[in-house]
Amino acid sequence: MELTVNIGRLKLKNPVMTASGTFGYGEEYSEFVDLNKLGAIVVKGLSITPREGNPAPRIIETPAGMLNAIGLQNIGVKTFIKEKLPFLKKFKIPVIVNFFGDSIEEYVKAAEGLSKADGVDALEMNISCPNKQAGWIVFGTDPKVAFEVVNAVRKATDLTLIVKLSPNVTDIALMAKVAEDAGADAVSLINTITGMAIDIRTRRPKLANITGGLSGPAIKPIAVRMVYEAYRAVNIPIIGMGGIMNSEDAIEFMIAGATAVAVGTANFVNPSVTLDIIKGIESFMGKGGIMDVKNLVGGLRC
Amino acid sequence: MLQVGKTYDPLLKRPFCIFKREGNVIQFVYRIRGKGTRLLSNCKKGDIIQAIGPLGNSYPAPKKDFIAVAGGIGIASLFPLLERFKNKAFLFYGARTKNELVMINKAKSLAKKIFTTTDDGSIGQKGLITDVLNDFLENRTMPVYAGGPMPMLQKVSDIVAGRGIECYASLEEHMACGVGACLGCVVKTVSGYKRVCKEGPVFPIEEIVW
Ligand SMILES: Cc1cc2nc3c(=O)[nH]c(=O)nc-3n(C[C@H](O)[C@H](O)[C@H](O)COP(=O)(O)OP(=O)(O)OC[C@H]3O[C@@H](n4cnc5c(N)ncnc54)[C@H](O)[C@@H]3O)c2cc1C
Ligand SMILES: Cc1cc2nc3c(=O)[nH]c(=O)nc-3n(C[C@H](O)[C@H](O)[C@H](O)COP(=O)(O)O)c2cc1C
Ligand code: FES
Repeated sequence: MELTVNIGRLKLKNPVMTASGTFGYGEEYSEFVDLNKLGAIVVKGLSITPREGNPAPRIIETPAGMLNAIGLQNIGVKTFIKEKLPFLKKFKIPVIVNFFGDSIEEYVKAAEGLSKADGVDALEMNISCPNKQAGWIVFGTDPKVAFEVVNAVRKATDLTLIVKLSPNVTDIALMAKVAEDAGADAVSLINTITGMAIDIRTRRPKLANITGGLSGPAIKPIAVRMVYEAYRAVNIPIIGMGGIMNSEDAIEFMIAGATAVAVGTANFVNPSVTLDIIKGIESFMGKGGIMDVKNLVGGLRC
Repeated sequence: MLQVGKTYDPLLKRPFCIFKREGNVIQFVYRIRGKGTRLLSNCKKGDIIQAIGPLGNSYPAPKKDFIAVAGGIGIASLFPLLERFKNKAFLFYGARTKNELVMINKAKSLAKKIFTTTDDGSIGQKGLITDVLNDFLENRTMPVYAGGPMPMLQKVSDIVAGRGIECYASLEEHMACGVGACLGCVVKTVSGYKRVCKEGPVFPIEEIVW
C-alpha cells in the first residue's frame, strides 16, 4: 500500500501532519507520539522577534469546539533555531515551520532567517495576521495584499512554501489562486474562524481578547467545503484541516481535494490521535482495495 | 487531565489534582461544576476514560509547621500535603456553604488545627476564611500553601505581601492540551506569561501579577 504524498519538494511518508499551534514545538507531545511516524510536523507560529501574546483567559470551550486567542505568543525565530530545532532535527520527518509577521518586511525577515537554518524543511506562512501598515487589515483577506506578501516571501526563500489561508473571506477559491499565482508551492486551509462567546450573567466576553478563533469539529463542514472549492481553483497541493478528529474525517478532506491533512484541536482530546488516524487511513484503504492514498485525493463524485 | 466523556460537547479533557495514589489506584476528588464534571459523575464502575498525567509541579515540601488555606474544592490540591505531613498544618478551610466543605472530617484528622468558615454561616464561622487567616498570621511567619478560587488566592497574596512569609498558590486556568503545547492556560507573572499546566500549577505567590 502506498501512503506517501508530495507537497512541493517535500516527500511525506503518509499524509498526516500536526496543525500549527496545537503541537507546540514537537517536544511537548513526544512522550505520547513517536514523531517519526508522522507525515510531517508543523510547529507553533514564529515571528522574527518574540511575542508575549494575549492576556488570560485565552481559551474557552464551545459546543464541539473551542475559541482561542493566544495572540501568537512565541519565542521568536532566533531562540527557536537555537533551542527547539536541535530536538526536532533528531527525527527523520520533515519539519515545517509556521511563521507570520505584521508587515511584509517582518514576513520576509522571518522567512530569510528560517531558510538559513539547518533542519527546517519547509515554511508555512500564516497570512491570517493584521497588517500594521494597512490599518491592521488581515493580510489574507485582501487579494492584492495577500499577493504582495506571498510574492515577497517567495523571493526570499528556496524552501517549499505553503501558504495558510484565512477562512474569514467570501471567496476562498480566489485566495487560493492568489497564493498559487504569487508562487506558493501549496496551500493549507483552514485556519480558525473568528468567533465570540459571552457570559450572559456578567455580560462580559468569555475571552480577554473579546474575539477568538474557532477550531474543532464544529468547523469541519466549513473546512471541507473550502477545501473542495480551493481544489477546483488551483493545481498546487492542498493541506486540509479544520475539525479532523479521526481517520474518517481525514479521508473526507482528501476526497474533497486535500493531498495531506493536519490535525489540530484533536491532539488536545487525545494526544496520540495522529497515529490512530494514520492507522485508520491504512485500514480504510485495505478494506476498499485502494492501493495508493493519492487515489483518494479529489475523488469526489458529484 | 481526565476525559469526561466520549462526546464532542464537552470536547476537551478537564484538569484535576491527583488526590491520592496508591499502587495502581489513583483517586480524584471533584465538584460538579458544569457539563464536563456532570458527565464524569455519570461514569459507572468498569467504564474506561482516558487520562494523561501526572502533569506540572506540586507544592514544595514544608520543613516545619505550615499553614494550608483551602477554598472549597481547592482542598483537593492540599490533601496530599496534609497526608504526608500529618499534624503539621494549621488548616484554614472555607466554602460557600456547609456541604461544600467536603471531606471536613478527614481534613480535621490530618491537620494540627483547623479553622472553618462558610459564607452563609451554616457551619464554622460566618465570613471569609482569608479574614480568619489574616488575624491568625498577626505575628507569625509560617509558610503558607493555598489552593482555591482566584479571588481567594489574590486575598491571600495581599495578606502575606511584605511580611516575609513564604507562600505558594495552586492556580486554576482553562486548559486545552495540559502538556504545555497550546499556550492557552497562561498566568501573568513578574517574568512574563507562564503556563499553569507546565510551569505550574503551583507558583510562589509573589510572582503572580493579579
Ligand atoms: C490544575 C487544576 C487542578 C484542578 N483540580 C481540581 C480538583 O481536584 N477537583 C475539582 O473539583 N476541580 C479541580 N479543578 C477545576 C476543574 O478543572 C473544573 O471545575 C472543571 O474543568 C470544570 O469542568 P466542567 O465541564 O464541569 O465545567 P464547565 O462547564 O467547563 O465550566 C463551568 C464553570 O467552571 C469554569 N471553569 C472551567 N474550567 C475551569 C478551569 N480549568 N479552571 C477554572 N475554572 C474553570 C468555567 O469558566 C465555568 O464558569 C482544577 C483545575 C485546575 C486548573
Ligand atoms: C490553540 C491554537 C493555536 C493555534 N496557533 C496557530 C498558529 O500559531 N499559526 C497558525 O497558522 N495556526 C494556528 N492555529 C490554527 C490551527 O493550526 C488550525 O488551522 C485550526 O485549529 C483548525 O484545525 P483544528 O480544527 O483541527 O484545530 C491554532 C489553533 C489553536 C486551537
Ligand atoms: S493547557 Fe495547553 S499550554 Fe497549558
